Amino acid sequence: MPQTAAEKVLSRKAGYAVEAGDIAVVPVDGAMATDATAPFAIKAFESMGGARVWDPARMALVLDHATPAPNERISTLHTLMRRFAAEQRLRLYEVGDGICHQLMMENGHVAPGELFVGADSHTPTLGAVGAFAVGVGSTDLAAVMHTGRIWLKVPRTLRVELTGSLRPGTYAKDVILHLVGALGIAGATYEAVEFAGPTVAGMTLASRMVLANMVAEMGAKTALVDTAGLEAQELPAPLRQRLGASGPLAELSADPGASYRAVHRLDVSDLGAQVAVPHLPDNVRDVREVAGVKVDMAFIGSCTNARLEDLHVAAAVLRGRKLAAGVRLIIAASSRAVFNAALKDGTVETLSEAGATFITSGCGPCVGTHQGVPGDGETVISSTNRNFRGRMGNPNANVYLGSPAVVAAAAVAGHIVDPAEVLSGVVA
Amino acid sequence: MTAVRTFAGAAHVVGDNVDTDRIIPGKYTKTLDTADLAAHLLEDYDPELAGRIAPGDVLVAGENFGCGSSREQAPLAIAAAGIAVVLARSFARIFFRNAINIGLPVVEVPGHEIQPGARVRVDLIRGEVVDETAGRTYRATRMPPVMADILAAGGLVPYLRSGGDYSVKG
Ligand code: SF4
Repeated sequence: MPQTAAEKVLSRKAGYAVEAGDIAVVPVDGAMATDATAPFAIKAFESMGGARVWDPARMALVLDHATPAPNERISTLHTLMRRFAAEQRLRLYEVGDGICHQLMMENGHVAPGELFVGADSHTPTLGAVGAFAVGVGSTDLAAVMHTGRIWLKVPRTLRVELTGSLRPGTYAKDVILHLVGALGIAGATYEAVEFAGPTVAGMTLASRMVLANMVAEMGAKTALVDTAGLEAQELPAPLRQRLGASGPLAELSADPGASYRAVHRLDVSDLGAQVAVPHLPDNVRDVREVAGVKVDMAFIGSCTNARLEDLHVAAAVLRGRKLAAGVRLIIAASSRAVFNAALKDGTVETLSEAGATFITSGCGPCVGTHQGVPGDGETVISSTNRNFRGRMGNPNANVYLGSPAVVAAAAVAGHIVDPAEVLSGVVA
Repeated sequence: MTAVRTFAGAAHVVGDNVDTDRIIPGKYTKTLDTADLAAHLLEDYDPELAGRIAPGDVLVAGENFGCGSSREQAPLAIAAAGIAVVLARSFARIFFRNAINIGLPVVEVPGHEIQPGARVRVDLIRGEVVDETAGRTYRATRMPPVMADILAAGGLVPYLRSGGDYSVKG
């Protein structure tokens, strides 16, 4: 029977053909927890009677959500994680190494066709390489640490086919914001979202990660991006090494004729820049409908949009310009490796000269713990993925979401503006 | 095994798309102490709600309850505040799994019209929800057998400790 990409991965893992609706108990290829979820996972692992993590080489811990620790309580949780990682011989990513999903991708923890379980809701980001990557909570992760297996309901699939070329000033973020707006915050609940089509085939790995990342904002269980067009040299070096230096990329595409819950087709050629307005990620508008909204704080960061290509876009907007009076621009590169690359190629200098402030590579203000909590009544434009009330730490702030270009353009103009206008010099 | 399979309590009602940042803001989640979590339950949504909950009460929600992050602190905060069972028209995926895993009963009741303060009775085994105030009976959506087994054991920790192996029935 023709299979969806999700059915393919889970059939391979189960050892027999599964289809949407089946419950399967499957071995896990990789697992991860962060400082937001690992402490409870460790506690649950120990209560389960867990002694050794099933396969230490397949499990990583990441300090990213509140780093460096803003207070002694969080610091003590970090200590607990460091101790556990040392005892169990797990790879631990330290303060400043970067955001979990970026680190898993960069360091080859996930490969096409694999099953990855992360104790974080944006784990589907890793579907950018054609993996089945699913987010769980702490106790589920503890059970994976203990048994190396997980039970999953094989999801139905929503297939998204993208055609056309993006206009200047629009990016993968505008596509996914548009889709979240069109399909709704529960538009793919419990489902896999499969991305395919010529537009996807022409995308970089970083842009594919943007698409996969925000399926979480449609309630989806996972995202699988068709690996067609993803060149082996696009893959991070550690992953190339793991797959065999010269070996071809293991491909993952759905079979023609697979059965879908729905197929959504979008020609991206006419799409303008998109913005999600307070207080839900599916309140999406064309940027021109909200142009003029004054901003106080701008943030480029998160597992959605803080990779090198994003910093390059921001630098293109900000080169030779200054932040508008009264606006602060905070930037957290998605990893130390991204920051170092941006440092070497002059991007950091360009952004800093324009007035941007760089903070630790990690989640930073995305999750509202520290490093840039907005004040009462303030408006934030952010390249992140969620604008729930209180998400950035203050329920009395208004958060708008957009691409790094939209964020950088707003930081220059002092209000929301179509980045195409700034890039073409219409707005000074 | 949890002995209690039926619950009765007063309904505390919240709307659609209540996300985990509203259930328990991220800034309060970095703790291993569940009493700390309970103190801030739904604080940005309704600062007085946590104080009105009597042990055994029922939290009643609209569509897509618990959307957003994977934080297990959300169901932990609800349970620690004294809520015995959560009903919703629909749930977000990770929240639903997390609640079952920590042993907090969650029941999907599509299209319910339960009002604040209503007296609600839930029978987990029969999959029945009775709004005693309005005199209406609802049927709950059946959950996969493996989930029902985990919930019956009181959560994933006791399930695995007692030899549970996710055996897939049927
Ligand atoms: S960057 Fe934000 S969305 Fe991504 S993992 Fe960190 S807190 Fe979650």
